[in-house]
Amino acid sequence: MVNRIVVGAHYGLRDWLLQRISAIVMALYSVAFLLCFLPRLPLNFEEWHAWFAHPVGKIATLLFMLSLLLHAWVGVRDIFMDYIKPFGLRFSLQVLVILLLLVYALWAVALLWSI
Amino acid sequence: MVPIVPKPRPKNLDLRTIRLPLPGIVSILHRASGALLFLLGIPLMLAGLQVSLHSREGFAEVGTMFAHPAVKLLLLAFIWSFAHHFCAGIRFLLLDVHKGVKIEPARTSSLWVMIVSLLLTLAAGVALW
Repeated sequence: MVNRIVVGAHYGLRDWLLQRISAIVMALYSVAFLLCFLPRLPLNFEEWHAWFAHPVGKIATLLFMLSLLLHAWVGVRDIFMDYIKPFGLRFSLQVLVILLLLVYALWAVALLWSI
Repeated sequence: MVPIVPKPRPKNLDLRTIRLPLPGIVSILHRASGALLFLLGIPLMLAGLQVSLHSREGFAEVGTMFAHPAVKLLLLAFIWSFAHHFCAGIRFLLLDVHKGVKIEPARTSSLWVMIVSLLLTLAAGVALW
């Protein structure tokens, strides 16, 4: 038995789980979205608008967006950890990505709520 | 506590001499497609939603943009990225629950990921043109 020093309890598990739960949410939404819209091609504005204006569509879309941003965060952080070794550079990029994802989250909420 | 001292092992990280097996190719493409979807996909999707949902004119404007060949190609790149990321992701979720972990099924499933995502992209391309 090897004694390992594991820093931060459940730290990795939480991200691992987050990545998978957000993936399942997005996969379900995407399939529902395609099943709804593919048979209706070419789309018109009313059908397109109605999906996002309906409370169910709106909340599902918001859930998709939040899943997407969390999923992107875990993925991008993994890429940074693998390829960018200098701590200062990696840290700065991570902060930049967090800020960017927050802006996207606000953008998504604002645009969905303006419908 | 016993500190773990890594043994020196032979290492080859020369990309020109590494021949990646198919599951490895699926994996690196999963990463590359994810990076593309993050860098360009999210902002373009939000911008597209914003304009197309704003008004009838905005919706028509996005429709006109999608008729442009260069935009179609870009869209196709996103469709492939999404399809590959989706299929490879499903494969990874199945591996998580120990489905298809053995080498033969793992190779077969990675081949399926490549085929299905390329066929979906082809179908989307035919529909676009």
